[in-house]
Amino acid sequence: MSTLAVHDHAVAHHDEAHEHHHKATFLNTYVFSQDHKMIAKQFLITGITMAFIGMALSLLFRIQLAYPDKAFPLLETLLGRFAPQGRISPDFYMSLVTIHGTIMVFFVLTAGLSGTFANLLIPLQIGARDMASPFVNMLSYWFFLTASVIMLSSFLVQKGPASGGWTIYPPLSALPKAMAGSGEGMTLWLISMVLFVASSLMGGINYISTVLNMRTKGMDLWKMPLTIWALFLTAILGVLAFPVLVAGVVLLIFDRSFGTSFYLSDIVLNGQVQPYEGGSPILFQHLFWFLGHPEVYIIIMPAMGISSEVLSVNSRKPIFGYHAMVYSLIGITVLSFIVWGHHMFVTGMNPFLGGVFMITTLIIAVPSAVKTFNWLATLWRGNIRFTPAMLFAIGMVSFFISGGLTGIFLGNAALDVNLHDTYFVVAHFHLVMGSAAIFGMLAGVYHWFPKMFRRMMDDKLGYLHFWLTFAGAYMVFFPMHFMGLDGVPRRYYAFTEFKGWEHWLTVNTFITWAAMLSGVAQLAFAYNFIHSIFWGKKAEQNPWNANTLEWTTPVEHLHGNWPGEIPTVYRWAYDYSKPGAEDDFIPQTVPFSQTMSSNLPHDFEDNPGGLEEYNKWTAAHKASEPVK
Amino acid sequence: MIMAQIQQEDRVNLGAKKFSMWIFIFTSFMFFAALTSGFIVYSGQKGHALDVKMPTTFIFSTIVILLSSVTLYMASTAAKKLEWEKQKFLLWVTFALGIVFLVLQIQAWYILTYKMGVYFVGPNASRTFIYVFTGMHLLHILAGLAVVLNAIKGTYGSVTQVKNLYKMEMTSIFWHFLDIIWIYLYVFLLLNQN
Ligand code: HEM
Ligand SMILES: [Cu+2]
Repeated sequence: MSTLAVHDHAVAHHDEAHEHHHKATFLNTYVFSQDHKMIAKQFLITGITMAFIGMALSLLFRIQLAYPDKAFPLLETLLGRFAPQGRISPDFYMSLVTIHGTIMVFFVLTAGLSGTFANLLIPLQIGARDMASPFVNMLSYWFFLTASVIMLSSFLVQKGPASGGWTIYPPLSALPKAMAGSGEGMTLWLISMVLFVASSLMGGINYISTVLNMRTKGMDLWKMPLTIWALFLTAILGVLAFPVLVAGVVLLIFDRSFGTSFYLSDIVLNGQVQPYEGGSPILFQHLFWFLGHPEVYIIIMPAMGISSEVLSVNSRKPIFGYHAMVYSLIGITVLSFIVWGHHMFVTGMNPFLGGVFMITTLIIAVPSAVKTFNWLATLWRGNIRFTPAMLFAIGMVSFFISGGLTGIFLGNAALDVNLHDTYFVVAHFHLVMGSAAIFGMLAGVYHWFPKMFRRMMDDKLGYLHFWLTFAGAYMVFFPMHFMGLDGVPRRYYAFTEFKGWEHWLTVNTFITWAAMLSGVAQLAFAYNFIHSIFWGKKAEQNPWNANTLEWTTPVEHLHGNWPGEIPTVYRWAYDYSKPGAEDDFIPQTVPFSQTMSSNLPHDFEDNPGGLEEYNKWTAAHKASEPVK
Repeated sequence: MIMAQIQQEDRVNLGAKKFSMWIFIFTSFMFFAALTSGFIVYSGQKGHALDVKMPTTFIFSTIVILLSSVTLYMASTAAKKLEWEKQKFLLWVTFALGIVFLVLQIQAWYILTYKMGVYFVGPNASRTFIYVFTGMHLLHILAGLAVVLNAIKGTYGSVTQVKNLYKMEMTSIFWHFLDIIWIYLYVFLLLNQN
């Protein structure tokens, strides 16, 4: 028998820290909050801040690429020793690329995306009062924030941040003296990422446990919205993949600081032979990409879930192929663990093994394509409402198609030998991951802003934001395919200085200006976001006429989400424009007994009693209907 | 809201937390699986076979940690039968055995390094892996000892029986897992010792 303290207001408190007293103060409401809705907002705002920082870094290295021999005195003023004589130094260029990638992949599109929407939507859409462990959930945010601060603090050390690329391959990452960024910058990178992984694991464990254990009455797995499916499977991916990265990093730390030779062998540094022997840098690549590939799906799956939801709501149509959507997510989850070798085709891998990875890689394109076709079929003849969220969701589909197609080229080992480490790869993953996932995230922000902040964002600014970003992203990344086909390698400081590649300078300049344009477009978003938090139009309870449970909670936030009992769920989340229904949407909380005129036989697949009632009802009504 | 419903929700919540422990076990398992996979990839290269006969100390430490699982199991049974004094005693025994395991592992390092000349740093990282496996496992053991201590603390304070059993279950899941992981690592090393 439970004897936990119970408080006067209508919410059960579960966590020990909560048992003693519960008074809302500034600190426990806004800072050390254990409420999942507040934690979601904390993740979102931190994520957006990191996104702006990451974007600023990319604009800096774009300036270098477009104007390799021009000096910008302003840069020296801003960056000091990192840009002597107004020109970004080669070392700092590498740091910019590295930290840009790290921030975007991990801090924005992993923590910012999953952290925000898993925290916000899991309890609200499955009908739970909070996460399984609100305290661990809070810790997850604080570890994330600490990791972010440490990552950024590496700009303050003498030699600058880590600079071996976001994939931190040894030996550059394992030998503190190898290059400027291999020193303290790399150490800070490792510390930050350890905290980051801890944060991800705490979050992920909580999400899985909550989805599996705390669904409200009637919410069986096959009634869950696709957002929940996606976030749930994403969490599973993270929980299985991140520990492998930790293992790789532990060995890296031993090599770095304790003199072991897991990854190092035959190295001469500044004319000095190093004592390391027998290690294999390829081992690190295996461990890294065993996480790294699932990681890219950790990034895209929440965006897929969000887009599915937004597309269905705003097409006023059921999502096309709900079951296929779920099975393809499961398929992606499983397959993503056996394709990592496609990042290593040119490491001297046995061609037979390469062939195996090639086949698995091409197979993973199948569930991806299933999803794409289903999104398009959902739009087909829908009653489309072009809200900003809808535009971003459509944009997500567009980028996923154009970036996914190039994945199939890269997945063929014979082609990848040529394309590996060129701008073709940069184009591929910025479209399929960078742009698509960011668009999915933005769709989510526009769509659930009223739920988070109780106000609406401005539509006009939303449209402006969408069109400029959409056009900008294509202008930035599309030309990169052609550079890649011409053999231009990625991560080069000034490749236009090489004979034969000078002609890319004009393209580089174009891309840089397109990037600036997209950057400016984000200011429209920032203004809209901040302004709407305080002064936006007040939101109604269910502004998009959506079916999912979060819109049945009151506009005012409550700790515990629903004032009375948690509502019961009777149907799936996609009864939009159901023939015979009064409205064009039927929330999940409406029982079939209240919608007799729109029920269909397959609504009662595993409910014989209901089917009997349904048959009786139709028989009675058929008899009274005039013959046509 | 009625009392019964809150209690219902509470129970679901403890269940969810126990479930979280299971997922954590999975993450931890993935970590060790990754390390051992790393070993396989590494030692597959030419001339990187382990070629170390495992010190006998590992046999003793295996027996000790198996015993500690038995005593922890007995402590759980005692807790279920409301025999709190016995539970407390057995928990202390488990804790002590945990410490003995820790000491034995460190002794094994000593023997490896000073008696057998198998060094942590060297050109054959297969050997370094022995230290990494056992070292990372010991870190987990430290965490496990903290969890056992927490359960012991529960037997001193006035914790309700529900809470007590809950703590015992959490402790059991984690500690038995550490036991199993050690056996996994040991068998793995034995199979690869040539
Ligand atoms: C349609 C299925 C896909 C296929 C067949 C595919 C294939 C590939 C291949 C073969 C590479 C390695 C290229 C090289 O380095 O030479 C690659 C790189 C990459 N892919 Fe994909 N991909 C697919 C979808 C995705 C998705 C959905 C994402 C992310 C959401 C993604 C993100 C990435 C990233 C980040 C890299 C580059 C990593 C780096 O080297 O820094 N890909 N892809
Ligand atoms: Cu991949």
